[in-house]
Amino acid sequence: MSMNFVVLLYLLASVCFIQALKGLSHPNTSRLGNAFGMTGMAIAVLTTVALILKLSGEAQSGLVNVFGGMVIGGGLGAIMAKRVEMTKMPELVAFMHSMIGMSAVFIAVAAVAEPTALGIELVNGLIPVGNRFELFVGTFVGAITFSGSVIAFGKLSGSYKLRIFQGAPIVFKGQHFINLVLALLMLGCGAWFFMTQQWLPFMIMMAIAFVLGVLIIIPIGGADMPVVVSMLNSYSGWAAAGIGFSLNNSMLIIAGSLVGSSGAILSYIMCKAMNRSFFSVILGGFGAEEGTQTGSSEARPVKSGSADDVAFLLGNSDSIVIVPGYGLAVARAQHAVKEMTEKLIAKGVQVRYAIHPVAGRMPGHMNVLLAEAEVAYDQVFEMEDINSDFGQTDVVFVLGANDVVNPAARTPGSAIYGMPILEAYKANNVIVNKRSMASGYAGLDNELFYMDKTMMVFGDAKKVVEDILKALD
Amino acid sequence: MEAINPTIINLIIFVLAIYVGYHVVWNVTPALHTPLMSVTNAISAIVIVGAMLAAALTETLLGQIMGVAAVALASVNVVGGFLVTRRMLEMFKKKPKKATEGASK
Repeated sequence: MSMNFVVLLYLLASVCFIQALKGLSHPNTSRLGNAFGMTGMAIAVLTTVALILKLSGEAQSGLVNVFGGMVIGGGLGAIMAKRVEMTKMPELVAFMHSMIGMSAVFIAVAAVAEPTALGIELVNGLIPVGNRFELFVGTFVGAITFSGSVIAFGKLSGSYKLRIFQGAPIVFKGQHFINLVLALLMLGCGAWFFMTQQWLPFMIMMAIAFVLGVLIIIPIGGADMPVVVSMLNSYSGWAAAGIGFSLNNSMLIIAGSLVGSSGAILSYIMCKAMNRSFFSVILGGFGAEEGTQTGSSEARPVKSGSADDVAFLLGNSDSIVIVPGYGLAVARAQHAVKEMTEKLIAKGVQVRYAIHPVAGRMPGHMNVLLAEAEVAYDQVFEMEDINSDFGQTDVVFVLGANDVVNPAARTPGSAIYGMPILEAYKANNVIVNKRSMASGYAGLDNELFYMDKTMMVFGDAKKVVEDILKALD
Repeated sequence: MEAINPTIINLIIFVLAIYVGYHVVWNVTPALHTPLMSVTNAISAIVIVGAMLAAALTETLLGQIMGVAAVALASVNVVGGFLVTRRMLEMFKKKPKKATEGASK
């Protein structure tokens, strides 16, 4: 197998990866797209096996190492993919970002230790300067991706006691200054490594990058996670591209940049849906977590109702729009909601779902939960497609969402002014399910809750919906 | 004429690939953004190619340990990423009998 043929096969694999992303433009073509992705990966791996066979000559022991690693990692991956609950997808994705980051770091270390083994040709016994630069970039991006993703994973799962894994942002004085100093130090060590190719600056740089990854993510609050997860997605792509540069492998560069731009676009979409600049999210410190309301309007009366009232209202309406939010994911209420909609549809009620781009903890989180509960995707609408219909809707049922339906976004001077919202307040009736009156993550009161046509139902989303189900019979 | 530095050629590929990625990803339907993230996770695990070379062709212990560890971590994503994407996309499959009931607009 000539080197030219190897590279051509890599090109074929790259085209498959592009097809995999292209397929996702519609649910019908997406499965074929995923098959393309798997094919591309299989081509890439098999070609590399053939390449190793050719390069290693008689000594075949190297492949044993490769297969050993593959069996362990692949087995673990398969088990996780099979077992993970759909409500836990954000954690899984964050976990997988960290795998890529760490893998990139390991490869870079191996490349510095034995450049010739990875196809880097030495000049006067040293790694060429270009490759040194690329190794440096690949390593620090990989390291930041790893430690940042570990923190994101902890924040998303919310089941660890450690302070840095808590959803609430960690902000301290001089934070940005420390980050800046560390970043400069890291770049300085990078330059030192670039000039001399010594292990010491390489290791210091790597260590700083790990610390920096932690420091970048800790000041970001739980509800900003959609942006963080997309951003780390992007970083993992750039890390792969960086390794591609250092190994002179065009397939790695192509695949890495596809992923990098994908993550960047998702971050952009998420920021836009919150009407916030990317930098304000990354630098953190917007509002605070739940329950830090200023208290000026705590005692305002709300109309609260029981599950029976809701069932009566829903059963007697013509059209309903359900607005799911993070509360639905936390309560794992998607199946109960689906049952409720089926009953209502059987009664002749038109039921639709309205999804805000930042609902949940990652892009598209709600869509996956509803799909898991077998809600037909043509019942599920994006914000732009359904917003004009709220005025003609009998009942809007808000399940565990808050800021995305807050009419304050239309009031100049409000902290969330300008954020695109679902216009639930235009409907004839509004039902809101929440666990308590605590404010959303933006720390704002929601006018929607105090409107005359709004009924609040307090309690866990799943329990409330199940009670409604009983009452509907 | 002097030979073009391979880094420049890599840069050309890099820029064009970003361009392709930009246009392809904007066409992804928002409903599939979560599968998009998991499949891009699997695709960025393409670093497994570098990891395999490191695991198989290095001679020092350090190189081999790093290589095998990198292969293992990347394999988690290769297998896990594609399988979980497939699992999710199966859920988006249209259910023929139920699809017509609530269809609206």
